[in-house]
Amino acid sequence: MQLTNRKVVVSNKVQSFAERLYLPAIAKGMVITASHLFKKPPTIHYPEQKRPIAPVYRGQHVLKRDDNGAERCTSCGMCAVACPAEAITMTSGERKKGEENLYREEKYAATYEIDMLRCIFCGLCEEACPKEAIFLTDRLVDAQFERKDFIYGKDKLVEKMNDRIDVTKRQSAAVLEFKKTLGLKHNELFDANKLNKGNKH
Amino acid sequence: MTAFIIYKAIMCAAVFLLCLGAAAYATLWERKFAAFLQDRKGPSRAGWGGLLQPLADGVKMFMKEEIIPNVSNRSLFILGPCLFMITSVITSSVIPWAKPVIINGTTYDMQITDINIGVIYLLGVASIGVYGIMIGGWASNNKFALLGAVRASSQMISYEIPMGIALIALIISSGGSLSLKEIVEGQDAGWANIVWQPLGFLIFFICALAETNRAPFDLPECETELVGGYHTEYSSMKLGLFLFAEYINMFISSAVIATMYFGGYNFPFAHELYAKLGLADGSVCISLIGFGALITKIFGFICLFMWIRWTLPRFRYDQLMNLGWKSLLPLSLLNLAITVLVEYFRGNIKF
Repeated sequence: MQLTNRKVVVSNKVQSFAERLYLPAIAKGMVITASHLFKKPPTIHYPEQKRPIAPVYRGQHVLKRDDNGAERCTSCGMCAVACPAEAITMTSGERKKGEENLYREEKYAATYEIDMLRCIFCGLCEEACPKEAIFLTDRLVDAQFERKDFIYGKDKLVEKMNDRIDVTKRQSAAVLEFKKTLGLKHNELFDANKLNKGNKH
Repeated sequence: MTAFIIYKAIMCAAVFLLCLGAAAYATLWERKFAAFLQDRKGPSRAGWGGLLQPLADGVKMFMKEEIIPNVSNRSLFILGPCLFMITSVITSSVIPWAKPVIINGTTYDMQITDINIGVIYLLGVASIGVYGIMIGGWASNNKFALLGAVRASSQMISYEIPMGIALIALIISSGGSLSLKEIVEGQDAGWANIVWQPLGFLIFFICALAETNRAPFDLPECETELVGGYHTEYSSMKLGLFLFAEYINMFISSAVIATMYFGGYNFPFAHELYAKLGLADGSVCISLIGFGALITKIFGFICLFMWIRWTLPRFRYDQLMNLGWKSLLPLSLLNLAITVLVEYFRGNIKF
């Protein structure tokens, strides 16, 4: 009785002289490799050439300043809580008199560090941020020789005044509209009960 | 006499530098060629298109830490790579690189020495070459290195026999001379030896692959089974010598194949070309053109060596022995018998 269809009849065929010489098979193989000589390699010479990335690519983070140049981050810690990789750490500071042009709110991040080796670039920090302060950008995190160099502090994360970083691709009108909604609307979207009753949203 | 010594010294230096330079750029070309076969681009950072890569590799090798295992036999450990390197370089001394040049009535052979047993010299030095591997592997006091060395020597012994028999057939059909210069001159007048010895060429070529420890016969240094084979314990420039000598071996065996079977510095319609250009016998131009032809042939064979390496998987040890003793040896004997019969009926040899 046949139980499976995996039965194979073993063949112990004796090799012919041509097969033992291997030459016909070798010729066949060499034609295959030679055909690859004339193919164009798909190589991208990375630092000189870059391959196109999506407009909403999630790369190295930026801590945005507002239009007056004050840091938006208020060190609430929502991003650190949201972070599934626990890559974000920060300490808070209190704004002194005369620092209004530096920090938008009375509380600010004295230090703000993201471990780029822990970060999984999921974008949950960006989603959690109530102050529109942190964004992921289409920049790639550079290679480093030391592990400690991958811990990015405020010096690398906060955008430079003369080199503002455009995040409109990630913060499109639709995203802004979505964020206006109070409550956990994006959780409701995936509520099984509501979906079954017919999508009201 | 002084002029003779100076001329020989210049020849030695030139051939030595040619071997080293060719081997250095063979390493680059190997990587480039492998890349082309695998749809990659190969080394391209050092210099224009990677042209300074051999220099960078050399500097890297010299900068590496030199480790001599304290359980090894120190003097033999150092002797191994030196011997391997020396034997691979001195094979180049009997190869005629170009046509003789006549300056002021004196003929200068473009060959370091034209000994009348050149073919036997080649075979002999090639067999000494394996001593470098054997001594290196043995002195390492490491089982992987020893296994690699044992494989290298058994492979060398097995493949030298069909190689020698193929050469005997070649010598019979090319007029009975053991001097490489005369073999090449014979091909200048008539056809290249490959026309009379196609099977012999095939056998010789396969054996040359095995003698140079190139894939698919690179069992002595197979990384997957033997870590690194006979050079497991070697580091720094001693490892570099082993790797470098392999490329010199490849260059020399390509030169030998080109000389023995493909007419060396001769090429079809050479005399017609020289007559058209109005070049007299013994002029420097003829010599240079012939040298170019030989280098082109050598380059072709180096490409073939590499093409084979990046196509074929490594032979298993028993397959290697089966191929050597059960296929190549009978084939080479058959080739010898056919050659002898043909030459007998052509009246070139008498019993």
